[in-house]
Amino acid sequence: MAKGDIIIDARDIIKRYYIGQPNELEILHGISLIVREGEFVAIVGASGSGKSTLMNIVGALDKPTSGEYVLDGVNIMKARDNELSEIRNRKIGFVFQTYNLIARTSALKNVELPMMYAGVPGGRRRKRAKELMALVEMEDRMQHTPDELSGGQKQRVAIARAMANDPALILADEPTGALDSKTGRMVMDIFHKLHDEQGKTIVLITHSPELAEECERILTLSDGMFIGERKGTPHAPS
Amino acid sequence: MLLLDNIILAINGIRANKMRSLLTMLGIIIGIASVIAIMTVGTSMTASMTDTMSSYGANDITMGVSQKSTETEMMDGMRFEWGPRKSKLGDNDYIYMDMLSVLKEEYPDKIDHFLLECSAGQGQAKDGSLYANVELKGVNDERFEDDKLEMLSGRSFKESDQKDGRKVAIVSDYFCNNMFNGDTASAPGKEISILVNGKYHYYTIIGVYEYDASANWVSTSEEETTTTVYLPLKTAFDFNHEDQRFEQVTVVTGSGVTSVDDFMMEIGSFMNRRFYRNNESYEISCSSMSSFMEEMTSSLNTMSMAISFIAGISLLVGGIGVMNIMLVSIQERTKEIGTRKALGATNSSIRIQFIVEAIVLCFVGGVIGIVLGMILGSILSKQMGYDATAPVSAIVFAVGFSMAIGVFFGYYPANKAAKTNPVDALRYE
Repeated sequence: MAKGDIIIDARDIIKRYYIGQPNELEILHGISLIVREGEFVAIVGASGSGKSTLMNIVGALDKPTSGEYVLDGVNIMKARDNELSEIRNRKIGFVFQTYNLIARTSALKNVELPMMYAGVPGGRRRKRAKELMALVEMEDRMQHTPDELSGGQKQRVAIARAMANDPALILADEPTGALDSKTGRMVMDIFHKLHDEQGKTIVLITHSPELAEECERILTLSDGMFIGERKGTPHAPS
Repeated sequence: MLLLDNIILAINGIRANKMRSLLTMLGIIIGIASVIAIMTVGTSMTASMTDTMSSYGANDITMGVSQKSTETEMMDGMRFEWGPRKSKLGDNDYIYMDMLSVLKEEYPDKIDHFLLECSAGQGQAKDGSLYANVELKGVNDERFEDDKLEMLSGRSFKESDQKDGRKVAIVSDYFCNNMFNGDTASAPGKEISILVNGKYHYYTIIGVYEYDASANWVSTSEEETTTTVYLPLKTAFDFNHEDQRFEQVTVVTGSGVTSVDDFMMEIGSFMNRRFYRNNESYEISCSSMSSFMEEMTSSLNTMSMAISFIAGISLLVGGIGVMNIMLVSIQERTKEIGTRKALGATNSSIRIQFIVEAIVLCFVGGVIGIVLGMILGSILSKQMGYDATAPVSAIVFAVGFSMAIGVFFGYYPANKAAKTNPVDALRYE
């Protein structure tokens, strides 16, 4: 997989809800999105613009009503339920606004979770999880459960978890939305670090124009359509 | 995802929600505990009865005279027996010594010996103000041996004692305590007077045996305890002014017998053919300890089964409780399920996770129930005077059954969790 290969190849994506019912609703009106290996892309839009729906489709959590979507060479349209699970497990690392760490489970175990579903044996799992915790500078909080961690710490654990199976794509949905500006900055710095140092492909979904500005490419979503694309002004992490 | 990971996950879940888990498990705990307690009592009862009875002689056959059922009527499925009723056995109805001789000749290998006894009533030994309560019992040598008594002084019966019906007696140490101030050593040779039915009878003591107080079922003080005074069999018959005849005789089987029950039938029909063919009212019927024990055990088992069935209802209720809590838990953890699916969990791994959780919950409940049940059962057994015996098969069954409840009542909630749509689950608040 070389830099410049296409990771997300989505064409004419239409998503409708309540199909065949009087309240049938079209959220995405034929979106096309191409993201290449190593890109750091921001998708911005007001709430209700269809950001979450797009993220669910890009993240293989949901299938579009029509269109074409190939993720890292796999045709999502033709994948079955179990295959979608495997795609999410191997190719995508999710980072959620609300962290979504598993409660009552240590930070380290949370990071191990995607590897557990991938069938990685215990020893290797733990080693890799510890490395990732070090990467997000959380090595001294490995045995803490989520309720013993601050928001910023939780999000760092979530990023480590997203990296667990070395996915082709990191999909972050408002990752700083629940954080204050200082910890939000720290989380963004980690994304920059992953992008700059490891060449990770990152798609950041946000409603904040300032955060979007840091990315290489900014796509603006409004009412289920992309209404603009421009280059950002990325700066190196402090 | 490995099974072990799921088990650890489930145990962590139980530990995190101790109170709720305990309440969930309560039904299972109570159900399993009651089954195990009942089984413990049942097993202990059976074991101790078997023990007691085999010491009485599981190979013995009791042969007795019983009323003949000449007519049998079936009425609404019930059996009514009609026949000439006699309040007392007539002279021709008893089992006589010569009949026993014929029987022994017929089966020389299969009959080892007979245990013969004859009661001569209850009375009181008296010497001035001293007294001792006694029961007079005539026995043959084998019958005396069968009681397995410890002789403290003197001797047991001699052939001439039995043959001539000498007025000799073997008394207990309790008797000596009352009459001779506990001097057992000098008791043999002394003459005692025993008052039975207003008449004094005189016997010479030849031996003293140690009274087994544990066999005393009636709680009386040591002084008032009625102990047996053994007499030669013939002496007792003379006392009763009777020929040597019996209502009931114990046949001790010999090495030639393979099945006690079969032999029991055989001697019964032999006796009836030979001696009771023309008897209108009475016949010989036999029973053995083994057949009695079988009946005992089977009725105990039936009782255990019936009570266990009721306990099973409690297990059912417990299972429904587990299902209820699993459904609540899955609702609560909707977001977790969504997250797991986003991280790559397949439907089946979610399903397995929750089934394992239900199984572990029920298994832990089952183990607690087994421990409680065994404690309860052994306390009950001790109260009833039996040695507690652990019902191994019931324990194995209980563990298996509680896990089966987990699978059965965990499947529906787990399947529901597995089918959750990840998009909706992630949005769930």
